[in-house]
Amino acid sequence: MDIESPLLEIRGLRIEGESGEVWHEIVKGIDLTLRRGEVLGLIGESGAGKSTVGLAAMGYARPGCRITAGSIRFDGLDLARLPESEKRKLWGPRMAYVAQSAAAAFNPAHRLIDQYVETPVVHGIESEGEVKRQAVDLFRRLHLPDPERIGERYPHEVSGGQLQRAMTGMAMACHPDLLIFDEPTTALDVTTQIEVLAAIKEVVRHLHTAAIYISHDLAVVAQMADRVMVLRHGELVEEATTREMLANPREAYTKSLWAVRSLYKQEESSRDVVLSVQGVAAAYGRGIKVLEDVSIDVPLGRTVAVVGESGSGKSTLARVITGLLPPLAGTIQFQGKALPPALRNRPRDLLRRVQMIYQMPDTALNPRRRVRDILGRPLAFHLGLTGQARDRRLIELLEMIELDARFLDRLPSELSGGQKQRICIARALAVNPDLIICDEVTSALDQIVAEGILKLLLRLQKDLGVSYLYITHDLATVKAIADEIVVMHRGRVVQKGPKTTVLTPPHHPYTELLLSSVPEMNPDWLDGVLARRAIAAAG
Amino acid sequence: MHPIVRTLLQRVSLSVATLLAVSVIIFLMIEALPGNFASAILGQSATPERVAAFERQIGLDRPPVERYVVWLGNLLQGDFGNSLASAGSPVGHERTVMSLVGPRLKNTMFLAGLVAVVAVPISLALGLLAALYRNGIFDRLVNLTTLTSISVPEFFIAYILMLFFAVRLPWFHSLATVNTDTELLERVARCTLPALTLVLVIVAHMMRMTRASIINLLASPYVETARLKGLSPARVIVHHALPNAWAPIVNVIAVNLAYLVVGVVVVEVVFVYPGVGQLMVDSVSARDIPVVQACALVFAIAYIGLNLIADLVAIITNPRLLRPR
Repeated sequence: MDIESPLLEIRGLRIEGESGEVWHEIVKGIDLTLRRGEVLGLIGESGAGKSTVGLAAMGYARPGCRITAGSIRFDGLDLARLPESEKRKLWGPRMAYVAQSAAAAFNPAHRLIDQYVETPVVHGIESEGEVKRQAVDLFRRLHLPDPERIGERYPHEVSGGQLQRAMTGMAMACHPDLLIFDEPTTALDVTTQIEVLAAIKEVVRHLHTAAIYISHDLAVVAQMADRVMVLRHGELVEEATTREMLANPREAYTKSLWAVRSLYKQEESSRDVVLSVQGVAAAYGRGIKVLEDVSIDVPLGRTVAVVGESGSGKSTLARVITGLLPPLAGTIQFQGKALPPALRNRPRDLLRRVQMIYQMPDTALNPRRRVRDILGRPLAFHLGLTGQARDRRLIELLEMIELDARFLDRLPSELSGGQKQRICIARALAVNPDLIICDEVTSALDQIVAEGILKLLLRLQKDLGVSYLYITHDLATVKAIADEIVVMHRGRVVQKGPKTTVLTPPHHPYTELLLSSVPEMNPDWLDGVLARRAIAAAG
Repeated sequence: MHPIVRTLLQRVSLSVATLLAVSVIIFLMIEALPGNFASAILGQSATPERVAAFERQIGLDRPPVERYVVWLGNLLQGDFGNSLASAGSPVGHERTVMSLVGPRLKNTMFLAGLVAVVAVPISLALGLLAALYRNGIFDRLVNLTTLTSISVPEFFIAYILMLFFAVRLPWFHSLATVNTDTELLERVARCTLPALTLVLVIVAHMMRMTRASIINLLASPYVETARLKGLSPARVIVHHALPNAWAPIVNVIAVNLAYLVVGVVVVEVVFVYPGVGQLMVDSVSARDIPVVQACALVFAIAYIGLNLIADLVAIITNPRLLRPR
């Protein structure tokens, strides 16, 4: 084996994808070189072709995609021309893939260990007993709890962060030369993400494996990759070593990716309170309490950000305020009057005053209704608007969200993700609400699109004086939109106050953990945090 | 208690409750049937007094609620009562419902079992192969054949098979007359053509559901994971897709097996096979209420029992249900 020659050399790669019987080019002539033991970061918005390029590095095209031109040379073989039966000999033993959601990528019907041993055993590399022994070592190296027995569990019995580490372990089972990580931490909370990043980094370093690390999050890639390629619309924007790219991005597009995280709202206070939640407790069915003694005030015309990891009770709080889940204890005051706990006891006018925007615009809009009906129905239902008055209001609403009348007759499927979320915002605004609950409304969107939505929400608040209760797990979003912050952990409020106060030390220990887990645009950040935490744990 | 045991008990008690409800419905439906058993037996010329006396003799004069309770009580002791058709016979010579339904039920179960043993493995195998070679010639051929066989009325298939394999080529028996003394091998030989007919009728559903369930799962991320482990297409389908496809497949199998017990009267008539279906049709026309009730109850038990089994298989094959967090 020639150590000096690159492990993987992609030249002039073109890939087409099919939609509705028509083939479009989604990767337009990409060159990529990966040396042994090197980690290459692929960065870009969704639709940039990152995953497609990553899979093509294994010679794999998803169903509905085809490689039309170019060469993919891996260790002397051209994967673009190799028949699948030959590629199958490489997949697993020489190259492996770690998918975005391990929860979906593990087969729910089999135990973890059985899925782990499958690759080496089927390819005839090791005996089952030997692989199982090695698995325990690797699980321990990945800091999985109870490494001897965790393999006996089914995927649903293991947490998301642990699954993602087990998936990395499974990919490493045959010590492959090349690993493809496809957004392995995107679906995880920041506090979990940092553990997975650390585990991946250590194992890749230890086994000296070459890897392609795909992510839309620059700060994450900065921790993992030696070199970064920025992709957009299937083309290369720029390529440089990680430090060089961070210090001095050349292209305007790359700079715009950097800029998103710097959005910051100057905090303002307000003496009037629109919503006051006092001592609320809630549970689903007769189960354990999801909320315990939660008290929150939302000032008039301001934004309160509720932050916390998944399972902290953020969304449950939204369900309690909207009346979908009546609380077990506590009271909610809205505009100075007690709010009936259950939805069915609330008069229609109260329903109008509290609106909600959801995380997934795809599922929040009826796919068979046109924008005209989606926005028109609340106008007729709450305001009794019909005919020309309604049409005028529809146009006005579209202007508010920076769209125009052409969108009235579109179906949700004819809108982009950002446009769909704008329609959801317009639907909430349509009936002149006093409070809008935003549940992770930018989490499913790309950073640049998310920035547009955040700016829109800020402008609308300024123009209309509407108050927001903004639920999120992303601290960059909090900085961009909040006046006040409420930190939740395991169903309780652990810290709350004006934004600058909460973000300035001293913090509650959990707030500290949350803040210190957010990746920074500094390649030494991960190692630094881990070192500091190790010292703190030892001391 | 282990959650699976609790689920099992829940399902079984639910099944018993359903069965009870069905028994009420059966009883009420038969009450609502037009015509009068006594006058049907005794003929048009019977005097009202004779009809009344006959009804008293067999208990038809009592109020329906009382009759239902008595009927149910006897059922629980395994006594289905006497066939009304023999009600005129001297004491000691009445035919019990059990003696009529019992042998017929055995025949029906034998035929259903024979068909199931052949059809279920064939359907699964064809479904898996069709999914493996999807959109290829094999897939199209299997789909075309099974769709054709399901689209043609079953009596037509029966007569066609009889014409070719019993009349033109005298390989099999054209009539499936069996009795309690028939030897097992002889039974199988006589049942070949009816069994073949039923296999052709039920394979299509099961095979198509197997194929569709598997293909549905081929787009899932864990199948992509399996492919990128370098596993063969056959292993991906059998080891990674099939274990997650059992729930819909067993449900369709259950419905088809239930059909074999309750819905094959046409095939029984064509091949003169002494099964329960034919007995029920005869008893309805003879207004032999206890026999009709017993047959209906047997059918309900078959349906509910098979669906219960399907539910249990769906739970057992799904670790998320078997080992809830």
